[in-house]
Amino acid sequence: MILKRTRLLLTAAGMLMLWGVEVSIPSAAETSDATKVVVKDFKFMPTPLTVKAGSTVTWTNKDDDVHTVVSDTGAFKSGAMDTNDSYSFKFDKPGTYHFTCSLHPRMVGTIVVQ
Amino acid sequence: MSDESLLSRRNALKCMAYGGAGTLFALSGGVLAPIDLAMAAGDSKGAAKLGRPLFVQISDTHIGFNKEANPDVNGTLTQTIDIVNGMAEQPALIIHTGDITHLSKPAEFDTAQQLFSRLRTTEMHTVPGEHDTSDATVTEYFNRFGKASGNKGYYSFDHAGVHFIGLINVLQFKPGGLGTLGADQLAWVAADLKGRSSSTPIVVFAHMPLWTIYEPWGWGTGDADQLLPQLRRFGSVTVLNGHIHQIVQKVEGNMTFHTARSTSYPQPAAGVGSGPGPLKVPSDQLAAMLGITSVSVVKHPSTLALSDTALA
Repeated sequence: MILKRTRLLLTAAGMLMLWGVEVSIPSAAETSDATKVVVKDFKFMPTPLTVKAGSTVTWTNKDDDVHTVVSDTGAFKSGAMDTNDSYSFKFDKPGTYHFTCSLHPRMVGTIVVQ
Repeated sequence: MSDESLLSRRNALKCMAYGGAGTLFALSGGVLAPIDLAMAAGDSKGAAKLGRPLFVQISDTHIGFNKEANPDVNGTLTQTIDIVNGMAEQPALIIHTGDITHLSKPAEFDTAQQLFSRLRTTEMHTVPGEHDTSDATVTEYFNRFGKASGNKGYYSFDHAGVHFIGLINVLQFKPGGLGTLGADQLAWVAADLKGRSSSTPIVVFAHMPLWTIYEPWGWGTGDADQLLPQLRRFGSVTVLNGHIHQIVQKVEGNMTFHTARSTSYPQPAAGVGSGPGPLKVPSDQLAAMLGITSVSVVKHPSTLALSDTALA
C-alpha cells in the first residue's frame, strides 16, 4: 500500500515537472508532518532528520548528477533521481533509518522517527 | 567571432570527438596493446602492423544525459561508432564497460541499442554500471543484457586464445564504501581460473575501477584485494574499467590497469570539487582539458605507456 502511494506521488511530481513547476512537497493532507531532505553537493541535508511517526519524508535532488535514496535495511529505495526529481516515503514505525546513495556510497543520511 | 576562434572551436569539437572515442586493443604476439581509437582509425596501416584488432572498449555512454556538460550524448556516441566502423580492419569484439544509460530507463536502453546496432562489429559484451542498475527493481539492464551471465552479471568467454572475464561491482555497495564483488563472485572467479594455463592472456573488465584510485569518491572496489592475487600467476593480465570518465593507468607486475574515457562527458580529477559529477568545460578550454591518448607500440603490456596529450 505504501509502495503504491509512493509511486503515485512520484508520478505527480513528474507531471509537475513537465509543466515547469517547482516540485513541491506532497500534499499535507496525506501526512501529518511532511518534511524534506535536500540532496546537494553530494550531501543529504539535513541529516540526521527527526520526524514524527506517520510523516512522509521527501528527498529532492538539487545536484547536476543523479542520486538515489536506498535504505540500509531495504525498507525503502528510490529509483534514479535526476536533477529536481523527488522521492517520498512514509515512515509509520518509530526507529532510526540509515540510508545511502547507491551511486555515490559515501553519501549517507539518517532519519530518526519518533 | 574571428576566424581564429572559429578554428579553435572546431579543433575543440574535433578534440572532443576524439577524446570521446574508445580504445582499441590489438593482439600482438599473444599480448594486448591499447591504442587510442581515433589515432588507430586515422593511421590504419600503422595500426594494422601492431596485430589483429581484437576489441574496442567503449564506456560510459550515459544515454539519457542531457545537461550542459554534453547535451548530445547520442551524437558523441554516434561519432565514436563511426570511427569504429571506419577502421580498415574491424575488431572482433566490442566491450562496453558500463553506464550504458544515465537513469536505467527503458527508453534510454532502447536508444542505446538502436545506436549500437549501427556497429559493423556485432559481437558486444557488456557489464553494467551503477547507472544501469539504478531502477528500483534492478531489472532493465538484465532484461536486455543478462543472458550472457544467467542474470548474475559476471561471466567469462574465450576469443582468439584470450580469456575474458566480465565482473559486476556495482550492486553490493556498502554505505560509505567502495564497490563490491562479493563472496559468490570471487569464488566463481577462482573456479573459472582453476587449471587454466598461466600463459593464457587474461582480460578482466568491470565498470568501477578494480584498484583504488580515490577512496573518498568510491573510485575503487573494496574486495578487489581478494581478486587480484588470483590473477598474479598469469603472464599477461589486462584489467579494464570505466566509471571515472578519464584515463588513468597503472602497471603492476604483469597486470595493466586501464580506465577508459567516457563517450558522454568528462568528470573532474580525483578530489577536485564537491564530488564526481559532470564537468562543464568552456569550449575555449576544451582542447586543453581533453586531448588524445598517444600511441605506444610495445611487445608487452608491462612496458607499454599510454600518455595523454592535450591539443592546445
